[in-house]
Amino acid sequence: MGEISLGLPSVLAGTGEDFPEELRQAAREIIDRYPPDRSRSALLPLLHLVQSHEGYVSADGIGFCAEMLGLTRAEVAAVATFYTMYKRKPTGEFLVSVCTNTMCDALGGQRIYDALSEHLGVGHEETTPDGTITLEHAECLAACDYGPVVTVNYEFFDKMTPEQAREIVDRLRNGERPQPTRGARLCTFKEISRQLAGFPEDRPEALADGVAGDSTLAGVRLAKAHGVTAPEYDPTTPIVPEKESSS
Amino acid sequence: MSGPRPEVLAKLTPVLTRRWLEPDAWRIETYERLDGYRALRKALAVHPDDLIALIKESGLRGRGGAGFPTGMKWGFIPQNDNKPHYLVVNADEGEPGTCKDLPLMTHDPHAVIEGVIIAAYAIRANRAFIYLRGEAVNAARRLRNAVAEAYKAGYLGKNILGRSFSLDVIVHSGAGAYICGEETALLDSLEGYRGQPRLRPPFPATHGLYACPTVVNNVGTIASVPPIVLGGAAWWRSMGTEKSAGPMIYSLSGRINNPGQYECSMGITLRELLELAGGMQPGHELKFWTPGGSSTPMLTADHLDVPLDFESVAAAGSILGTTATQIFSQHDCPVYATYRWLKFYEHESCGKCTPCREGNYWMVRTYRRILSGQGTYQDLDTLLDTCDNILGRAFCGLGDGATSSVTSSLKYFKQDYLDYIEGRKPPLLSAKELVGAH
Repeated sequence: MGEISLGLPSVLAGTGEDFPEELRQAAREIIDRYPPDRSRSALLPLLHLVQSHEGYVSADGIGFCAEMLGLTRAEVAAVATFYTMYKRKPTGEFLVSVCTNTMCDALGGQRIYDALSEHLGVGHEETTPDGTITLEHAECLAACDYGPVVTVNYEFFDKMTPEQAREIVDRLRNGERPQPTRGARLCTFKEISRQLAGFPEDRPEALADGVAGDSTLAGVRLAKAHGVTAPEYDPTTPIVPEKESSS
Repeated sequence: MSGPRPEVLAKLTPVLTRRWLEPDAWRIETYERLDGYRALRKALAVHPDDLIALIKESGLRGRGGAGFPTGMKWGFIPQNDNKPHYLVVNADEGEPGTCKDLPLMTHDPHAVIEGVIIAAYAIRANRAFIYLRGEAVNAARRLRNAVAEAYKAGYLGKNILGRSFSLDVIVHSGAGAYICGEETALLDSLEGYRGQPRLRPPFPATHGLYACPTVVNNVGTIASVPPIVLGGAAWWRSMGTEKSAGPMIYSLSGRINNPGQYECSMGITLRELLELAGGMQPGHELKFWTPGGSSTPMLTADHLDVPLDFESVAAAGSILGTTATQIFSQHDCPVYATYRWLKFYEHESCGKCTPCREGNYWMVRTYRRILSGQGTYQDLDTLLDTCDNILGRAFCGLGDGATSSVTSSLKYFKQDYLDYIEGRKPPLLSAKELVGAH
């Protein structure tokens, strides 16, 4: 005989009691960033923190946030299920997002998504059986001048073709970490989630990755090549205009 | 082909983008060498009200889409009210087509932070938040590093540069919700709730974050503050038009030879921008374009000479928005483009207001029917009726924005719709995508 459901979603039945002390300490650090009586502001970073531990937000993750912030699980679950970046199923080591919004789609984004989906044998928000890659189609990723774009754990691979995108996922599945076109060198989904929780990049060399791309610099390069600048200014111009009549 | 004409090149005015060519401008030493934190020293030497007056005088208008006068916004903050004041930077860039704030924060993060400190000083805020789009991890990495550098250098924290003014800055990553770019939804999200817009009034100026007086400014707006403090209002006004002063970053994408960021005097035309960007790609002719992202009504080749400033674009029936200029050609279908944008709005509608939540859901399905060759003439009327029922009937502008491409594409490209309905164009979507649609 199966269990009788009382209509209580299982997502509300978790507890954070098995989460490690290190994570609790990190959670307290996050809460301390916000005004003392406004700890609820820490909820979004705490959910990212949970993903850095679990790779998604489980029922226990919801319980953990509720416990840390003195909220009900229902209050936490209502927030966790609202935002696209909080995943409700275990996520692969690498989250591959393909922009299929209008501009990227026009430039080939949907073809890239279809090619990856077929190649990997997974659909939207599904993970390869080896746990390496979760595929998703994404809405505008704010890189239309580099379309079509693909991100891996949110780092940009620009002006992609289906072939290039397939090569990237093949290399990821082979244990390699291809260098993004503009973003920093790749880390895992759990590691990037820790940064999303507000913790600094702990790889100093990654900070210097991600030089400005050609499209970013198109205007300034053109201006420089032709010796064009904005009008010159005098940095000592007074903030308060000198009154003509006074003294 | 020959390059752009000198009179068009002269419209390039790199101010916010001027440091991008320095690969290390994100480091504090490089930033300081290039005039960095000089405006802060100058600003802290005057009374906060003088800074508000300066920004008013400069004519700076918000760079996040609405174009509200920044100095006036700062001036709305009540003073001597014994409440904490907050500055919140809206860095939740996500309007389809828009891609200027991410490079600003990635390649020149200290410019944003310097602007934050000056703005916070002006409105008497001791705590500022940068609400950054979650997916923007590289911008977050650079911003967090820059904040740490600024603390170390004494530009943030207690008694900044030895004065009585103190400020803490928190970089707060969102979690993937376009709606949080709407300022009141952003505030709810920052308070730890679902990002849903609030009814106004009261406005954030009096009841913003934690129900306290709050200024919400876009990244580009904030980054404009240090140069204005350095160069003065008259210098800023020497660029742009009378009512749309200053330089603006135009983000060009699509069927052009050199897509990218072009910072120009406001009021440049698309014809001139195309000249700067190397023209249309071979075999492509301009068919439709957005002046400022997907929420702004599309324009056509008839609008090549409209000056891209707030007033002129409005007079042409659209909105300057975020100057995200997406350029489409005869190889792109305005009906399909609108369908794709609507899928975006359907996904991103927060669900609070029925007209937006249900209207977008049904419009997506109506487009599917049209694009799969099963549309009817009545569908076109239904679309316009639905838009009538969304526009102005929701708490925020997301729903309004969703109707922009529907009504404008029906206005300029009705024939394309009729071509699907009357069978002259082959269906773009297969019938299987109609399952469950009706």
